[in-house]
Amino acid sequence: MFMLKVENLHVNVGDREILKGVGFELGSGELHVVMGPNGSGKSTLALTIAGHPRYKVIDGRIIFEGEDIAGLSPEERVKRGIFLSFQHPVEVEGVKIIQFLQRILKNLKGLDEVGAYDVIFNAVQELGLDESMLSRFLNVGFSGGERKKLEMLQAYLVRPKLLILDEPDSGVDVDSLKVIAGVINKLHEEGTSILLITHYGRILEHLRPNRVHVIKDGRLVTSGGPDLVKTIEEKGFAAVGAV
Amino acid sequence: MIEHTRLEEILKAGSLEEILGTAVPYPKEIELKGKITRDTVEELSRIKNEPEWMRRHRLRALELFEKLPMPKWVIGVEELDLDNLILYTKPELQNEVKDWDDLPENIRKTFERLNIPEIEKKFLSGLTAVFDSESVYSQLKEEFEKMGIIMLPMEEAVRKYPDLVKKYFGKVFPAGEHKFSALHHALWSGGAFVYIPKGVKVPFPIEAFFVIGSALEGQFEHTLLVADEGSYVHFIEGCSAPMYKGFSFHDGMVEIYAHKNATVKFTTIQNWSRNVINFNNKRAIIEDNAYVEWIEGSIGSKVTYTYPSSVLKGDGARTAQYVVSLSNGPFLKDTGAKSIHIGKNTSSKIVSKSISANGGINIYRGLVRIAKGAEDSTATVSCDSLILDGESKAYTYPHNQNDEPSASIIHEATTGRLSEDKLFYLNARGIKEEEAKSLIVLGFISDILEGLPFEYVEVLKKVIELEFSEVGGVG
Repeated sequence: MFMLKVENLHVNVGDREILKGVGFELGSGELHVVMGPNGSGKSTLALTIAGHPRYKVIDGRIIFEGEDIAGLSPEERVKRGIFLSFQHPVEVEGVKIIQFLQRILKNLKGLDEVGAYDVIFNAVQELGLDESMLSRFLNVGFSGGERKKLEMLQAYLVRPKLLILDEPDSGVDVDSLKVIAGVINKLHEEGTSILLITHYGRILEHLRPNRVHVIKDGRLVTSGGPDLVKTIEEKGFAAVGAV
Repeated sequence: MIEHTRLEEILKAGSLEEILGTAVPYPKEIELKGKITRDTVEELSRIKNEPEWMRRHRLRALELFEKLPMPKWVIGVEELDLDNLILYTKPELQNEVKDWDDLPENIRKTFERLNIPEIEKKFLSGLTAVFDSESVYSQLKEEFEKMGIIMLPMEEAVRKYPDLVKKYFGKVFPAGEHKFSALHHALWSGGAFVYIPKGVKVPFPIEAFFVIGSALEGQFEHTLLVADEGSYVHFIEGCSAPMYKGFSFHDGMVEIYAHKNATVKFTTIQNWSRNVINFNNKRAIIEDNAYVEWIEGSIGSKVTYTYPSSVLKGDGARTAQYVVSLSNGPFLKDTGAKSIHIGKNTSSKIVSKSISANGGINIYRGLVRIAKGAEDSTATVSCDSLILDGESKAYTYPHNQNDEPSASIIHEATTGRLSEDKLFYLNARGIKEEEAKSLIVLGFISDILEGLPFEYVEVLKKVIELEFSEVGGVG
């Protein structure tokens, strides 16, 4: 039984075709990695699955738990269990993180303020995060590592069925990287299906992916086992999958 | 508890206009309407049984009104036909209103629906309630009366404390400034006179609540607040109106005199219904080392013109002016603040935040003037606009003039837009567009909300959430 099936996906932004036929299946509880050079369409894939209105599906299908989700709003997708950890989380001035997280838990889990507070407080401790960040404004003045850790805290609170991680390792220091990888492993062990996008491979030292896909110029050029990462690291993207 | 259910009911209702419903006719003792003439003004003065000096004050103002041109900056008030307004309405009241129960039922209910009596009981030192042209209720808690604090309907103060009133009335904001200030001084009715004696610190806020209960009504209430040396007071103004066909006109005035070392906080939360044309004339004179803080929150009305002004007359005088304006829908807010530095070592801070949505327009118009001799004075102006969609607009017209070489003015302005990416991020967290907008708006003004009492923050939050919910707000 697969969690996510992407079939022959073509995606446009404006008049420009970014994805030109991408397809793969992600089994329940599996961790897949998507790699590729900058500008190859990796983030487009993530944002399209999460339902960003700027990314228009021209052809192909996205099937989540047997249902074509093309017509669903981003809110409906996250309610069904698809959670995107952003490459560039936005700043919202004046909105405290604690209030933001309480609202997420209210909308997605039906928790009231007090119940949500307990859950959030426990999660922060379990993940070894700094409590004081809860009273800061959402991502305002945050370093890359802080932003990504906050994305992971949200994923941990929401416990999605499918977690899409868009470059969780970019702009992140070594210590933050360990924390982030720790959360990913925790969720993976609990059975969360994960689609991880990266172009470094450095986070993969901490993880055990089931499968690796390589995207170049909007096309999925090759898929394989974890060994593929090593080949890419040693020989570069040019060595895998002819365009 | 009663107060709890009341607050909850307000928080749960679809809109504040829904709470007040449609305007209902009520028994009126006197109504003056039609062309504004010397006879009308004389009649008004007679009804109020005023001393001669006030009658003459009104007539002088009327002459100025007739002479002064319509200000060029007035737009969007085509419906304003001054000759067709009800200029004065006196609701039928018992001789003495000592309790809410003494008021006619429909007037009492209007204030009850807004939770005013409960807020008074729990939270205020005193309250004046104005319905159309008259102060229908005015009570200062006894313990504060004993401290020498005066809080009376303006008319009563004119009769009871003529010397005190005469010293300040029309001296802070003179009739001749422009056509609408002249009109105000000719026709003023209702409002509060507040005097805080030397060294007295009023522990809880004093509130004035204004309701325009009828269409084609002109409301010209006058508030005069005198804070004697070293005193402290927080004055809160609330404004609301039920829905009615046709427009109503508000041309109110606030004069504040802050003596040496006094502190005055003046907060306005204006949520008129969308058929009120709202002019405000607000000014404070601030003596040595005194401080005046304005918070001007403009949410409702069709068109609003308001620019709280501070004249820093004494050495070391300070002021802060926080102006929050929301134009959601086809409405206009022309708001801002003015600081005039005269004394040495004076400081002013203007913080303006405007939010434009669904075709709303905000205009910031500000003035900072540092006169020669106002040595070492500083002024800062920060002016932030948030625009939530492509149909909405925000303009800023700051005017800074520094005639004193040792003084400085700092001006900052930002314009933020709700980007598709920001909205998507919040959507992807299960937060719908309407909820995302109210979240962003509340975040945008959070630093100003922090300065307000809890009860008001809760109601304001709710009002803003309703503005952006699918049912409320626009239209």
